[in-house]
Amino acid sequence: MSPQTQTDSESFVLLRLAERRFAVAAGDIAELVAPSRIFRFPHHTKEIEGVILRRGRIVPVCDVAARLIGKSLLSRRFYLIAQRRYTNGTEWIALPVTGDCELIFAEMIPASEADLPPVSGWLSHDGDVIEVLNLNALTPGPNPTILPAPTESLQQQEALS
Amino acid sequence: MRLPAPTKSQPVRTEQIILFRVSGQLFAVSSASVKEVRSVDTLSGAAKEIAQAGLRKVRHIVQRGEHSLYVVNGAMHFGLPPFAPALVFVLRRTRTALLVDGIEKMTTMTRLQALPQAFCNDERDWYRGVTAIDQTVVPVVKPEGFLTPDELFLLDSSLQSNGSAGLDSTIPDESPSEATLLESSSNVAVNSEPSAAPLGFKGAGLDPTPSIIDPSSLPQ
Repeated sequence: MSPQTQTDSESFVLLRLAERRFAVAAGDIAELVAPSRIFRFPHHTKEIEGVILRRGRIVPVCDVAARLIGKSLLSRRFYLIAQRRYTNGTEWIALPVTGDCELIFAEMIPASEADLPPVSGWLSHDGDVIEVLNLNALTPGPNPTILPAPTESLQQQEALS
Repeated sequence: MRLPAPTKSQPVRTEQIILFRVSGQLFAVSSASVKEVRSVDTLSGAAKEIAQAGLRKVRHIVQRGEHSLYVVNGAMHFGLPPFAPALVFVLRRTRTALLVDGIEKMTTMTRLQALPQAFCNDERDWYRGVTAIDQTVVPVVKPEGFLTPDELFLLDSSLQSNGSAGLDSTIPDESPSEATLLESSSNVAVNSEPSAAPLGFKGAGLDPTPSIIDPSSLPQ
């Protein structure tokens, strides 16, 4: 690895959703925890399954698989606790994942205008091109970004990659 | 040498809450927000049926002095399966009487966490926040969230157009003050925690008065 590459490399956490892998900036990740009881109560934010109790905090669980791979997860192995930024602060959000997560160092290619809002960039790892997720656009918030239907566009991008 | 004065620990702020169920789902409401707890039986005959298209959760109105109370079906409000309500909460500083399954217990909460911002739809109007009671997460309802100003306007307009002068039904009061129809705490096992206040505590105006509810039907 050249000095230049080391300088430009950033750390990312690779997560697995079914057969696909995605990356999140490591600085946005708080921890990886085993699935725990989900508490559900009525609400109208369809992306949120419920909440879990973690370290005294009540953390919403957001299944991003439906948006990213077009189907909800039938099973989950861990919750990746990530930090979601809002205009008035940062809160934890739990993302169900189906496999082990991996910390890697890679150089990110910023997303272009053609990329969907949940994609903040791309990186290359082990011969794969992996989308780096923008959690602020991917998960719901007070001013949700209107996201287009995910499956078709992402599948097209995947095919191109 | 003088020792530094011992710092007084801040007393933990607590809030008395009522845990109740709507269609089996557990909710909490501040006791101070509940003016009365009544059996639905006491409403029959006092409530007048109304039909407001587009607002199915309100089917009855009760005239209470100068004010009319709208009886909100909790299950319909939250989008839960229908249920047979047993109790009605008259909510303070609102015009809402809320139909619920029953009271789980009364207890105190020491921490109310704001609803996570990921929840970004109607629920922000429904809940003050969430709290953890006995390792269970319970949403704490916002009394004024059951009927929005628009819904109240709709209901009021509907009443006026239908000639509300005929609404002379009233909830019968058993006492001159705000009455509750629950038994005193000695007979109603709604306080499972030592810190929980008796049902008749003044903060919520839940004065123990003769009960119409069968105490045996309440959780022991």
